[in-house]
Amino acid sequence: MLRPEFGWLPADLGWNARIKALEQQDEVSWTELTALANYRIDLLQTERLDRLLRRHYADVPPKELATRPVRLAVLSSSTSAHLLPGIRVGALRRGIWLSCYEPDYGQYWQELLNEASALYRFEPDIILFAFDARHLASGFTPPGDAEQAESAVNDALERLRTLWHLARERLHAQVLQQTALPVLPPLLGDNEHAMPGAPAALLLQLNAKLREIAAKEGVSLVSVDSWAMRHGLDAWHDPVWWHRGKQEISPAAGPFYGDLIGRLLAAMQGRSRKCLVLDLDHTLWGGVVGDDGVEGLVLGQGSALGEAYLAFQDYVRALSERGVILAVCSKNDPDVARAPFEVHPEMRLKLSDISCFIANWNDKAANIRTIAKELNIGLDALVFADDNPFERELVRKELPMVAVPELPDDPALYAECLAQSGYFEAIAITAEDRARTKQYQANRERALLQEQATDLDSYLRSLEMRLLWRRFDTVGLQRVTQLINKTNQFNLTTRRYTEEEVRMMMQDPNIVGLQFRLLDRLGDNGIIAVLIGRLQENGDLYLDTWLMSCRVLGRGVEEATLNVLASEANRLGARRLLGEYRPSSRNGMVAEHYPRLGFAPVAGGESGVARFVLPLNDYVPRETHIGIVEE
Amino acid sequence: MTEEEILAGLTEILRETFADDQLIVTPETTAKDVPGWDSIRMVSILIAVEERFGIKTRSREIDRLRSVGDFVQLIQAKQKAA
Repeated sequence: MLRPEFGWLPADLGWNARIKALEQQDEVSWTELTALANYRIDLLQTERLDRLLRRHYADVPPKELATRPVRLAVLSSSTSAHLLPGIRVGALRRGIWLSCYEPDYGQYWQELLNEASALYRFEPDIILFAFDARHLASGFTPPGDAEQAESAVNDALERLRTLWHLARERLHAQVLQQTALPVLPPLLGDNEHAMPGAPAALLLQLNAKLREIAAKEGVSLVSVDSWAMRHGLDAWHDPVWWHRGKQEISPAAGPFYGDLIGRLLAAMQGRSRKCLVLDLDHTLWGGVVGDDGVEGLVLGQGSALGEAYLAFQDYVRALSERGVILAVCSKNDPDVARAPFEVHPEMRLKLSDISCFIANWNDKAANIRTIAKELNIGLDALVFADDNPFERELVRKELPMVAVPELPDDPALYAECLAQSGYFEAIAITAEDRARTKQYQANRERALLQEQATDLDSYLRSLEMRLLWRRFDTVGLQRVTQLINKTNQFNLTTRRYTEEEVRMMMQDPNIVGLQFRLLDRLGDNGIIAVLIGRLQENGDLYLDTWLMSCRVLGRGVEEATLNVLASEANRLGARRLLGEYRPSSRNGMVAEHYPRLGFAPVAGGESGVARFVLPLNDYVPRETHIGIVEE
Repeated sequence: MTEEEILAGLTEILRETFADDQLIVTPETTAKDVPGWDSIRMVSILIAVEERFGIKTRSREIDRLRSVGDFVQLIQAKQKAA
């Protein structure tokens, strides 16, 4: 029977036995549940896992969660209850704890307009608008009149825009909007567009225009129409269930739909995967370079397999251009592994596309650890693509936080497998994303320079660093929110904020929000630090947030940032800076951050939280090798 | 497939649906006998049945289902027709 499948996740025949064992335990860990979610499970298994999830974590998220818990309201025009298990499990698959609220269907206007409604009491972080096609098309009057048809589409869009504004301004929630599923049967046929106002054609128009205004308004879409195109509409919609229970999205597609929501939630928290680690032999080309030699490889025009490998390289290269970091992890002699990149004329990927290249005879789990360390990113940011089931299983077992897609046997299907997985889901492309590969390469050059320089001072001087700073603004909003939500190590308080919350801070005169960008002669490091200060009545500027990317550690950026902060605090009329260190499981590296900068410990504050102050009246700017520029 | 084989398969689906390995299913069993067997669950069950037995159910056929016995006969009839 037809249904969308999690083709990239491994199948496990023992899955039912595993969940049964957990069902009999009094306590089940979050990690065990997340592990179960990462298999190729179907509808019944998804519902079963959801029951177990809710039995143990219904009301309160587990402690020490690396992700931000999410309160999601699903506002729908038809039945959506059957989608909630899939949504919760989709979030679980990415380690996100979710609380869902769903009013009776069709009640969304009342709920949004009435500030005493259960929706307001629920205080959602994110609102998902899931409208069925017939509901969206309800204003489409009888076909015939072209002008009327156009205004019907515009009215439908205007209604959506009003809903988005209500959600953002009154509930301070971020918005997810589902596109229209093209379920209406055509009246003419293939030339539906030739009939002004034909509903099936109007739905296509609606989706096209929806994409334009959503991009303008910064609303993220759940593109069920695109997925229906990939899997076939029958896999997503079954008129039998629509008429029986007003389920527009077929329950069989529910788990996949839920996964789409899960990957978007992860992307909104900046927790999508960042780096693709590639095997070489039989993954990027056919054959074994060590045995067959460069000239014996199957790659490029002339054979079906060779073209399939080429197409996969093209896809990978395009991913890298949009910000996915590439690494290589191969069991080979290093020179042999590099040779195809250097001399094979058909290779699409070049050595300069690869930010970290590891070829040796160590086991792959150890090498993947090295890659994460060299690139200074978490193991949970990696995706490992390898054609060899043995290597995949080994890495899954040793490093469960690394995503290991179940690559199909046929290289023609590699790209599709990665695309369906959603591991690299992104809601927008920032300039930083595009420049990322260059940045990581520049990092390696900096490391080389450091080895050459005789002492640290002369090295830092030679970098010709400039710290550009600005207050929070709409241009940097996405990147700032990304950093706030994904920085774990150099983060004094680990407070997470949504884009809407950051947007509100921009309007508050007592809040100073600063973003810092670091340039040096090797390139632009992008926005690398974020500071949020709240001016208090006693004249203290309370440092709500101080975080920095670990890429720029050890260069005096902290001192330069403090210089900017002190002068901004003076401008606001603050007398002292009040800093706080809130320990988490990951931020031990900044326990001494404030003392290092000359702050004095002070009593007060919550237990377990260390507080520090720095008077501003006698502040002497710290010496650094960094020029400061206000943008 | 024999009626016994179909009933056994259906029992497995119901046990998985309601996470209850002790669930006793006979041809006389109805939705009322099983706590939690509501219309939403019914759709999940139908989808699992369609997948397992390789059939597609129709609206009228679903409406005529009164007991597990009806279910078994429907599955058998559809399998024969296919």
